[in-house]
Amino acid sequence: MTDSILIRIRRQKHPDSPSYWQDFAIPYKAGHNLVSALMAIRDNPVTADGKRVDPPAWEYNCMEEVCGACSMVINGRPRQACSTLIDELLKELGSETPITLEPLKKFPLVRDLMVDRSRIFDELKKVKAWIEIDGAWDVHERAPRISPSEWNESYLFSRCMSCGCCMEACPQFGPKQAFVGPAVLAQVRLKNIHPTGRYDKADRLHAIMSDGGLSDCGNAQNCVRVCPKEIPLTSAIGELGREVTGQLFKDILG
Amino acid sequence: MKKQPHVIVIGGGIGGLWSVLRIAEAGFNVSVFSLFEVKRSHSVCAQGGINAVLDTKGERDSIHQHVVDTIKGGSYLANQPPVLSMCEEAPGLIRTFERMGVTFSRTPEGLMDVRLFGGVKNKRACFAGSSTGQQLMYGVDEQVRRYESMDKVKKFEWWEFLSLLLDEEGNCKGITAMDLRSMEVRAFQADAVVIATGGMGKVFGHRTTNSSNSTGAAAYRCHLQGAQYANTEFFQFHPTAMLGDDKTRLMSEAARGEGGRIWVPRDPHDKRDPRSIPEDDRFYFLEDWYPAYGNTVARDVASRAIWRVVHEEGLGVAGENKVYLDLTHLDRKFVTARLGSILDIYCKFNGNDPLDYPMEIFPSAHYAMGGLWIDYEKDEQTGGIKHGSPRNHATSIPGLYACGECDYGYHGANRLGANSLLSASFSGRVAGESVVSYLKGLNQIGGDAPQAHYQDEVERQVAINDSLMRCSNGDTPYQLHHELGELMTAKVGVVRDNAGLEEAETGLVDLAERAGQMCMDDQSGWSNQSLTYARQVQDMIGLARVITRSARMRDECRGAHHKPEFDLQIPKDKYPGDPEFEAYRKQWKANNSKWLKTTLAEHGPDGPRITYEEVDTSVVPPEEPRDYR
Repeated sequence: MTDSILIRIRRQKHPDSPSYWQDFAIPYKAGHNLVSALMAIRDNPVTADGKRVDPPAWEYNCMEEVCGACSMVINGRPRQACSTLIDELLKELGSETPITLEPLKKFPLVRDLMVDRSRIFDELKKVKAWIEIDGAWDVHERAPRISPSEWNESYLFSRCMSCGCCMEACPQFGPKQAFVGPAVLAQVRLKNIHPTGRYDKADRLHAIMSDGGLSDCGNAQNCVRVCPKEIPLTSAIGELGREVTGQLFKDILG
Repeated sequence: MKKQPHVIVIGGGIGGLWSVLRIAEAGFNVSVFSLFEVKRSHSVCAQGGINAVLDTKGERDSIHQHVVDTIKGGSYLANQPPVLSMCEEAPGLIRTFERMGVTFSRTPEGLMDVRLFGGVKNKRACFAGSSTGQQLMYGVDEQVRRYESMDKVKKFEWWEFLSLLLDEEGNCKGITAMDLRSMEVRAFQADAVVIATGGMGKVFGHRTTNSSNSTGAAAYRCHLQGAQYANTEFFQFHPTAMLGDDKTRLMSEAARGEGGRIWVPRDPHDKRDPRSIPEDDRFYFLEDWYPAYGNTVARDVASRAIWRVVHEEGLGVAGENKVYLDLTHLDRKFVTARLGSILDIYCKFNGNDPLDYPMEIFPSAHYAMGGLWIDYEKDEQTGGIKHGSPRNHATSIPGLYACGECDYGYHGANRLGANSLLSASFSGRVAGESVVSYLKGLNQIGGDAPQAHYQDEVERQVAINDSLMRCSNGDTPYQLHHELGELMTAKVGVVRDNAGLEEAETGLVDLAERAGQMCMDDQSGWSNQSLTYARQVQDMIGLARVITRSARMRDECRGAHHKPEFDLQIPKDKYPGDPEFEAYRKQWKANNSKWLKTTLAEHGPDGPRITYEEVDTSVVPPEEPRDYR
């Protein structure tokens, strides 16, 4: 086993400044993931050629792959840094190849590995990814019945943590493109099958029938390959396709 | 036209978002401040469930039993009227969450399912797969987003709360906050402020199951300006957390429940692969020390036993702070079926498969029962809290409210499993409703306050940043945080003694001094994480002093606060009615008359000042000691 790990980070001080690469060598330690590795760099921010620098900035919070904060591009693939184990990367890459970390490129850069993903939340507003309720109080009525199999399907989609990996991998999604992205479409699917959420199904479908909506999907299927929660994004998109067609007919026939 | 009142909520986890929702529903404008996108708040980490008596399993479960379990579980230290109201309203809260679209797990009939949790006899934890917290949080988050789309809620994500704006009478009239990108400090006026900033596990460094932002710094900043803390010495340590350099992740209690055995090699220098260590050379200390319960002893007992085997017997695996939690003797099929999803977590983060290799675990700081002191108004008719009273969830600063893990309200000396999501939701809702009552009772709404005074506060905060940025000598904030965590874990952890606590106090004074001069490797004025970390470390050290002083003062064992010197042991094999048990009960009551009190901590120039307050035990009087035999 190797004694030291080389981590190459694409850095950028400010959204308007140029990016540059910096290499850091940290001692190998069994069980390291990329968040703990970045913490080791932060503890002693000295580059591989011995220069003391400012510690790289990155976003992280839960470190259990449930908050979605620590998305970054790791050796070319968008993933959660917290659940990416160094040992596994070494197996994939061999100990000679450095581990490269880059910020997600589809979102505006903030600093180093941090990006601004507020667009995801804006898109969720556009498609009304919520259930309309009369108010957050008890109406003394029991929950609607949902079959375990229907529950199973919904639960897959409700685990989406807005990490942005699917959007990063999608060729149709980008700063200059209008496409809302797979994660947002999957939420439309989730809310549309809910027993009361389906009351607003037409509204949500109309929201994805305009520019940047469903028809912008190029069916590259990258999204489903990178989703850390293994959400069946492409099947959601497929189902929505049929729903949208149905809605079109309804709209025409009134 | 009368000016529309405006509220600031700090923190966007379950508690904060519930209060936002109730305030927005009442027609008032709300701004939410959060260190990150609110959807990433620590509430998403809660896995197991949320308690509510639905009584759908033929067990004749009752609200009263939920109240008793909560109160006894917390060793009677919680004020009982709020606990009563919380348990009574839990089923209604669940029904509300359900309408929000939360994907609660279903029975074959398509109705909500409930499951069993530790410390109780009935199934009453509603759950959504193994990500209940995430699902509940998203439910409220989506409702708040709906109000945001109507421009009734405004989010300030990537802003850090720094201090309160107080008027001349000491009323809270807004906050100062720092933009975490431009690092600009600004004053924001409001007619009321809610603080919902969660737990403080990071005071124990990386030895916590909490998220990296659960530093407790925000609540401590309110404390510095006059908000009292209560019961901060009560911190729940979860016995089985995975090891890690970044954090310690929870390994569910279910692993022991399904037959997992905890052991250490009899020889701490044993270098063999654990799988090849023969039975005779293994020490199954829980089974040895607690033959009746073995590996399934209660959480706090297990934590203390693991602590003892490592720190007193010197038997930690490889001389380190760890023991084995072993499932390898069990049937693979059985274990996979029963524990599959939680074992995946271990695999994912450790790399080893617990079916092949014993897990390495150690107790870890999990949940703060204590927090900011909050008031309540008792309803003498019902015995619960008076709904709509502006006193509910009010801190000791007028106009400042607290909810969620950062308040101290519901758990006493120890929290029951699946009660944290409940208290976060309930307290957020109540705090929101209280704020609405408070606003309706205000004579003057916004705008009249002296702006210059608030500008002074902004300048004071900028000066703190400037002085930190000027330093280039000393420890980095990261090093100081490591040291703080090691000190707190060693001296103010699972098992405590007064000599150790006094050493901790000395150590904290030294750390506080060093934290005045830190080495800032980052001199940037843009997204400077070192600067915010440095400020949080200073606050965590101050908060650690409050915890340590409170722990030093309390000479007893109660719930999560354990000082062996003052332990009152239940006589072995003796039960109520036996003279030995009754003698114990008498001692227990005598101890209660001295210590069944809320610890209050006030900020003073020489450190925290501790006083005590009576606890309202009007619902379940302290007659029966906690006894899990």
